[in-house]
Amino acid sequence: MSLIRRASFILLFTPLVLLQNHVNVVTFSQLETQAALKQNDTLYVVNFWATWCDPCVKELPNFQQAYKKYKTHKVKMIFVSLNSQKELEKVEQFATDKALVPEVLLLNGGNPNNWIDKVDSSWSGAIPATAMYRHGKKVYFHEGELTQDNLNKTIETKNK
Amino acid sequence: MKKLAFLAAVLAVTAFAPSGYNIGDKATDFKLKNIDNKMVSLADYKDAKGFIVVFTCNHCPFAKAYEDRIIALDTKYKAKGYPVIAINPNDPIAVPEDNLATMQQRAKAKNYAFPYLVDETQNIAKTYGATRTPHVFVLQKSGIDYIVKYEGAIDDNSDDASAVKEKYVENAVDALLAGKPVTTTTTKAIGCGIKWKS
Repeated sequence: MSLIRRASFILLFTPLVLLQNHVNVVTFSQLETQAALKQNDTLYVVNFWATWCDPCVKELPNFQQAYKKYKTHKVKMIFVSLNSQKELEKVEQFATDKALVPEVLLLNGGNPNNWIDKVDSSWSGAIPATAMYRHGKKVYFHEGELTQDNLNKTIETKNK
Repeated sequence: MKKLAFLAAVLAVTAFAPSGYNIGDKATDFKLKNIDNKMVSLADYKDAKGFIVVFTCNHCPFAKAYEDRIIALDTKYKAKGYPVIAINPNDPIAVPEDNLATMQQRAKAKNYAFPYLVDETQNIAKTYGATRTPHVFVLQKSGIDYIVKYEGAIDDNSDDASAVKEKYVENAVDALLAGKPVTTTTTKAIGCGIKWKS
């Protein structure tokens, strides 16, 4: 009886545990390794955002929709939170609540002046901002929001 | 036909010319409304040697994180001839928290000893090339001109004032006061994008 109980307890709570989004904290070079330097034909869509950035939060569903639409076409989304590392739990909770998939990272890049230009020299540092990489090369950068239409079209153009 | 092509080329160049000031450019003066409803211009500061112009706002977490540091900059440099001029460029319709009443409350609560101006048309932010909050322009007075000597972040750590290694704005103003060239003239930082009117 107790075994069954325990088993049902585990069964009941395992999905909840699995659904909790774990957010890895990465350095800038780790982020580069995971997206910008990948030598394959997957299109890596890197969206820079933060929970405190309203326009970012507003455009996230566009990226989620695009991921649903294109995930079978070698498109991967990486949501890079620029929240402070002190807010990691908040970011994890947010990622869980909004079911942000497939990957959410928190960038602990140190002085932004050292890495903003590495993403793109035209980037002022304002967010949201989105970069796309394929075959280890940057194929797209945009500072500001992206409409669903614009995002989808860009993914289709860059993923050829 | 040739003329048309030339015109198109000129238009294209105009359209894609980088907006905003570069280091060494002459910055424009302005006449903007302060939180006490009086108009403020750089020209009002007859004795100033220059200015620390800060585009900032109420709502942005980075602006909030830097609020005390902006106050400290004014306290330290006003007496030396470089007062802080804070300008809120955000559209209050897009962000109600950035409206005049809230600006007045913030300034009162924190005892701002510097003007906190409203860039209602957003023309000054656009002309200067401000993109985010906070975004600083250090100007040096030269005759009747205001020369851009530094543009960018206040320092290298928004998160933790006690962990700052490089105080960019202080270094720039210190250099100007000592009659030396500014070493780091431009920096970038993460910030809230300015909320432009649609």
